[in-house]
Formats: sequence, structure tokens, C-alpha cells
Amino acid sequence: MNWAELYQALTAQITAGETLPWYQDLFVNFYKAFLEGGRWELYASGVLTTLEVTILALIMGVILGVLVAVIRTAHDQQRPGRHNVVLAALNAVCKAYTTIIRGTPMIVQMLIMGSIVFASSRNYTMIGTIALGINSGAYVAEIVRGGLMSVDVGQSEAGRSLGLGYVDTMRFIVIPQAFKNILPALGNEFITLFKDTALITTIGGKELLYAAQAVGAKTYAVMFPYLGVAVIYLVMVMIFTWLQGKLERRLRESDRR
Amino acid sequence: MIDVKNLTKSFGDHVVLNDITESIREGEKVVIIGPSGSGKSTFLRCLNLLETPSAGQIFFDGEEITAPKVNIDAVRRKMGMVFQHFNLFPNMTIRKNITLAPVRTKLMSQAEADDTATTLLRRVGLEEKADAYPSQLSGGQKQRIAIVRALAMKPKVMLFDEPTSALDPEMVGEVLDVMKELAAEGMTMVVVTHEMGFAREVGSRIFFMDGGTIAEQGTPEAFFAHPQNPRSQEFLSKVL
Repeated sequence: MNWAELYQALTAQITAGETLPWYQDLFVNFYKAFLEGGRWELYASGVLTTLEVTILALIMGVILGVLVAVIRTAHDQQRPGRHNVVLAALNAVCKAYTTIIRGTPMIVQMLIMGSIVFASSRNYTMIGTIALGINSGAYVAEIVRGGLMSVDVGQSEAGRSLGLGYVDTMRFIVIPQAFKNILPALGNEFITLFKDTALITTIGGKELLYAAQAVGAKTYAVMFPYLGVAVIYLVMVMIFTWLQGKLERRLRESDRR
Repeated sequence: MIDVKNLTKSFGDHVVLNDITESIREGEKVVIIGPSGSGKSTFLRCLNLLETPSAGQIFFDGEEITAPKVNIDAVRRKMGMVFQHFNLFPNMTIRKNITLAPVRTKLMSQAEADDTATTLLRRVGLEEKADAYPSQLSGGQKQRIAIVRALAMKPKVMLFDEPTSALDPEMVGEVLDVMKELAAEGMTMVVVTHEMGFAREVGSRIFFMDGGTIAEQGTPEAFFAHPQNPRSQEFLSKVL
């Protein structure tokens, strides 16, 4: 007898009103939550979407974050007595952006994006990704700003004293060094973002938690689907943490080169 | 070559440079000495506008570089600067450290810059370090590379900000040798240093700075033998 047949037999017993011993009951519920009708595929595609969303949102977050961080540092590092009006305006926009995003709950931002800003769109996963990316950008901006400030001023002075402009100095000298310093913090941001993708479910995006809810709604049993996705999230976060640790050790070795 | 007029620099209420007027001619080797906090480094850093003067004007080759519209990057290309802490770029090889600025500022093609780097590295005896990273070098080697990096831009004047102060004593000589060679070739140099031997041997003029002004200046012979100002007499009695 294979697993499917066993499941059939046991459910027939349940329908007939029999009470199963706990281990058979456990098996039935597990099978129902993850295997029956190829439900694991739902979870698998959920994991894939979750990863896709995380990576897309992180890319968006990093681009936005670097942009905001560079504008804000450029504004703060202006030579005294020189005031660039455009830069001041951009700086104000960036400040407002980080204040609003960091001062409101992620789930509220998600709902606003889903039901107000993009109310006419049906691509919920994409809307969710954009909301996550915008949110992440504000946090990445602060991380990058800290990274830029962590690079010794002597580095940019050396670049400028050679006649390199501000942009070249940042691009070739400061940003590459800052990036190395902020990799651990960016790794943490990636993990936070990965877990925050679950919020997309609130606006109807189809990621991992959505799969669990869909199964739960169909089988009227949520315990296994929820515990299951919790384990999946946990295992993946543990893998990321392990990879992050490896990467950091590698970077530290190259410092001693 | 460099004309400083009524240069004043203050950080908040603290006046670091107080109304300095001075000229540095082409080919001169000006050595700036003085107690710490006297404004030596700030004066040097004002010359290429790493510090923005609070008041006064600075002219380089007749052009006022303190004017608001001046292209400061173009001016800095003609002024090399060497820092106390070397400030090599740790994320690049030595060759890249040297060639980055000439290539990016379109002074040279990558091939020309590579050739220049090789020639300059050979001159300071560090040719085999071209593909090494700064962290693999000793302090003295780093500072020689930093000099080479500034020279690659073919500057008209070289500014040295305490180039040997962060070095182990046994490495000071190799850096001073490179600077002496450079001086012998006729480079205009402004050097802030505590190396009195170097000041005496290489300097064509000594500036003694104290309290934000050039308290005394003169040829090394006159200055070291017969300091006029009581402050410079006191200073020399401590360091010599």
C-alpha cells in the first residue's frame, strides 16, 4: 500500500465515524496539508515567488537607498558657503521619504499601495514587491549613509586632491569601500525583507503564506499549513544566515591579504 | 606661482590662520615648521582648497582659485598632495592607485598611464609591487607610492603634509630620499614636516608658523643659525 492509498483508507475510516490513533491522525493531517492533490507544488511556487519578490525588492531598495544616501551625504558635505538649490530640494524630498517610510507600519504602506495607489491593478504580487522595495529603500539608505560615513575622509581627500571630481571619487573610491563595510547590515536587511514578503498576502499577492492560507481554506485545517510555512521560512533564514557568515569571513580574509 | 593674500581660516570662533600674505615662487622648496596647532597643516590644505578659507584670496599661476566659479578639480590636477597617513586606496592595486586619476581626468589613455606608472615605480624601486594591494606594503613603501601617485598627474607643485610623521623611524629615510630627488629635479615643493635635517638640507626657505601666522621666515642657514623671533628660538631649542 502506498501513501496515497493509506490516506484514502484512513479518510474513509474517519468519514465512517471511527477515531484514529494519534499517529494516524497526524499522518492524515500532514498528507492533507502538503501532499494531497499535489499541494506541495503550491508551496514550492510560493517559495519561488517569495524569493523572487525578495530579490526584486532588495534590488529596488538598494538602488533607491544608494541614491538617497548619496544625495543626503552630498548635501551634508557641501563646502561651507556654497548652497546648491537643486540639491537642497532633493535632500528635502529624501528626508521626507525616509521619515514617512520609517515612521509608518509596513502593513499600512502595503494596504495603501494595494488599495489606493495601485487600486486599478490586478498584479498584486508586483504591487507588493514595489511596496516592499520602497520600504526597504528607506532602511538601506540609512545603512548606506552609515557606510559612506565610515570611510575615512582621507580617502575622498586623496581622490579630490588628485583632481578627481565628486562623482568619480564616490564611484571608484568611497562607494566600493563603503559597500564592503555595509555588507553584513545589507545581509540583515535581506533577511528582514524575506520575512516581510509574507505581508504581501494582505493585498492578495501569491507568495508562500498565501499558499498556506489557500490550503487552509480548502481543508478547514490551518495548523499544518501554518506550521509548515513557519518551518520553511525558518530553514531558509538559517541558510541565508549561514551564507552571510561565510561571505563575511571571506571578506575579512581579503582584508588581511 | 602661489600667491596668498590675507588668508584667514577659522573653525567657529577658533582662528587657525590669521591674515597670512605670502608668495611661493616656481622651483622653491618651502618647508613649514612650527609647534603643533600652529596652523601648518591648515595652511597647506588651504593651498589646494581641501580647507575653504574663511577670508582672503589664493592665486595659482595668476588665477584666483578662491573665486566662486573656478573649476577646483582642474586646479588640483596641477597640485600634487601627499598625506601623513598615505591615503592609498585599499580597494585597488598599486597600479590602479596610480593610473586612476590620470585616466579618469583624460590626461592619459590607460596604456600611457600604465607606462607612466611603470616608469615612476621603477624610479622609487617598487616596480615589482605594481599588482600588490596597499595592505601588503610597509609604511615607507606606501608613502613612496603615494608620492608616485601624485606625480603621475604631472603636477607643477607638490604639497607634503607631514609625510614622515606616521612612519617607523627606519622608514623615514627612504621617503625623504625620494623627496630630495624630487627637489633636485626642480619641483616646486611645500613641505610641512618635523624633520629638521630635511628642512636644513633641502629647504630653500623656512616658514616658522606660530599661532596662525608665519612668525618668522628665512633661508635655512639664517633661520637655524640665528632665529630672530623668541618663539622660534624656543621651538628650535626644544627640537634640535
